Amino acid sequence: MTRADDHARLIGRLAQDLQPVGRLAPPGQRALTWLAIAVALGLLLATLAQPGALLQRMAMRPEIGVAMLGSALTAALAAWAAFLAAVPGRDARWGLLPLPGLLLWVAASGLGCLGQSLGPAAPPASLDQAVMECVPFIAMVSLPLSLAIGLMLRRGFSTRPGQTGLLAGLAVAAAAATLLNFFHPFDVTAIDLLAHGVSVGLIALGGGVFGRWLGWR
Amino acid sequence: MLTELELKLARSMVAAQAGDAAEYRILLAGCVPVIAAAVRAQGFRGDAVDDVVQDTLLAVHRARHTYDPARPFLPWLRAIARRRSVDALRRRGRQPGRAAAVPGGYDSIPDPAEAADSRLEAQDRRRQLASALRGLPQAQRQAVEQLAMAERSLEDTAQATGRSKGALKVNLHRAIKALRARLTGEPAGDDPR
Repeated sequence: MTRADDHARLIGRLAQDLQPVGRLAPPGQRALTWLAIAVALGLLLATLAQPGALLQRMAMRPEIGVAMLGSALTAALAAWAAFLAAVPGRDARWGLLPLPGLLLWVAASGLGCLGQSLGPAAPPASLDQAVMECVPFIAMVSLPLSLAIGLMLRRGFSTRPGQTGLLAGLAVAAAAATLLNFFHPFDVTAIDLLAHGVSVGLIALGGGVFGRWLGWR
Repeated sequence: MLTELELKLARSMVAAQAGDAAEYRILLAGCVPVIAAAVRAQGFRGDAVDDVVQDTLLAVHRARHTYDPARPFLPWLRAIARRRSVDALRRRGRQPGRAAAVPGGYDSIPDPAEAADSRLEAQDRRRQLASALRGLPQAQRQAVEQLAMAERSLEDTAQATGRSKGALKVNLHRAIKALRARLTGEPAGDDPR
């Protein structure tokens, strides 16, 4: 039997009992669905927090609002890029899509950290608060968001599972860091910023490793 | 610019997504040369190309819902073929004593250390194994060919052969027992079916 016969036999088996399949929605639409889940979680958390305090801090320190916009933009763009990477044949350079949001986020956070020396808008965060409050919050909020994006990405077929996972992890961590602002009644210090950065980096890298391990195919 | 072939394959895929088996056969048959070319471009030659082609056909089957008719078809197909090629290279890399892929293919590299008599011995062993394999019942032979020789996953093999994973495991176990008995002369232990 030749290999051509093998191929014909396999094709025959695959075509046998072929079922219609529901086509995957476009990546942008899938990203919006996931963002809606993140926004719903944010609204739920906002009812537990004091949005007034956040608005007051933002009025005193506009860069807090800019950093929040940066992290939210990072979450949205990273989610879009993750869903793009979960479809075969899309350019790998789409993976750079979250960079503008990431740059805005890092720059505004850094400025906020520097601006703190000009006069605090709130008590500065200590190492204890950064490690005991911010990191567990980011990790806990990341869980349901990771589960949601992970299940959604399973419906795709990623030919670059590592990149897909990394982008999904970044989207989740950025969304969690955005929501953290509702529960962050202290000024961002260098150590606090480092704790946020490490949590976000670890979650993104964890997503990358998980993506590679899972294969998404 | 989209070629006639690409448009034809894209149309067949749209019909296949809707459940048209005849169009699906046409589509997959049309994909084989495209996949083979993409696999060869990754450095595969000979039988190894056909193995990756089969893997890719299975992957296309599982990923068919991800094709968007608004997008060109060939980049979608080639991305899957490249991914399957990389997976095959990784599997090869993990096996001791097997070379990684090289431009020009594995068959093009002579092994200077291999003496003529050891080549003959190896040929003999291959012949004996092939003959012992031919003596196995079809289900067991397929299990050995797909799982052990082509290194396909249980899931892929189950899909390709239409047998359950449990049945495949039993068939492989029995086949290995039977082959060992035939090649070493030891009793098989239980009656191979």
